[in-house]
Amino acid sequence: MYLSGSISFLEILEKPWHWTLSGVMIALILFLLTYLGRSFGVSASFRTICNAFGLGKKYEYFDFDIRNDFWQIAFLIGVLLGGYISAVLLYNPEPVRISAATIAHLQQDFGWTYPQGDGYLPSDILNIYSWKAIGIAILGGFFVGFGSRYGNGCTSGHAITGLSHMRLPSLITVIGFFIGGLIMTWLIMPYIFGI
Amino acid sequence: MKVKRLISFFLTGILFGIIMSKSEAISWFRIHEMFRFESFHMYGIIGVAVIVGIITLRVWKLMGFRTKDGDEVRNYVMPLNPKRHILAGTIFGLGWALIGACPGPIYVLLGHGFLIFIPVLLGAIAGTWFYAMIKKHLPH
Repeated sequence: MYLSGSISFLEILEKPWHWTLSGVMIALILFLLTYLGRSFGVSASFRTICNAFGLGKKYEYFDFDIRNDFWQIAFLIGVLLGGYISAVLLYNPEPVRISAATIAHLQQDFGWTYPQGDGYLPSDILNIYSWKAIGIAILGGFFVGFGSRYGNGCTSGHAITGLSHMRLPSLITVIGFFIGGLIMTWLIMPYIFGI
Repeated sequence: MKVKRLISFFLTGILFGIIMSKSEAISWFRIHEMFRFESFHMYGIIGVAVIVGIITLRVWKLMGFRTKDGDEVRNYVMPLNPKRHILAGTIFGLGWALIGACPGPIYVLLGHGFLIFIPVLLGAIAGTWFYAMIKKHLPH
């Protein structure tokens, strides 16, 4: 919807993007990292962090030369800064426009009001002032960390890079992402957030 | 690695952080909406990215383009093991839906200042650590 009509560069930076533009831009990241000689994937950074903690002495999985991963650390510092720039310089006061059906479901099933957390996060529930939220955060993070490392990749490595290279293991892994996501959303989450 | 190249990765990271924010792919609500099939938004983003990716990598290969260092684009395919892919993917998906963020957005949202992603990141590191501990007992 933001692709039609006359738009200024600033408007593109301030407003949220249509999914077509977003998809093309994510593919651009894939090409940039490929051109720079590395494979696009974020979850390998968890392994790099463990290596930096000195766990390489104890576990073979973390025993590698961290100098090969300096690029990833530079990339990640950039990602953090990119998030900061988005929140401060490119801040968009309009909350994320999710569907009316989802808003109704959040209200009816969870008792949540929308918008909250800039439309990025249910921050009324998931904030660091609640032990339940911290527990959920650690548990969710644990599954993401374990699953992505066991599966050798996350959404960027398998869904974007892997599928772009048409790799069968990536396709099966992405199917797994959805099996897990659907189980959590439909079967488990009602017991966590439901009223 | 040369400093100049590291700066290129750093700048690409900034761009990625902005793209993930502007695309709204970092939103817990967008992920929730996706798993409830109530919007096309996330499917559109991933679909377009993959279609553009497939076509461009094909053309890239046909035209014989090389990376900055003059290498051919490597296509590392991990060994096929459906049991592993489904199991790992499912565990990942459980966490992805719960916290509404995959690894990229975890860092982006930290940059936004959402402090709850500190325990998320600690959990992810713990999960990676746990994987290293039990790695040899899992199907690979």
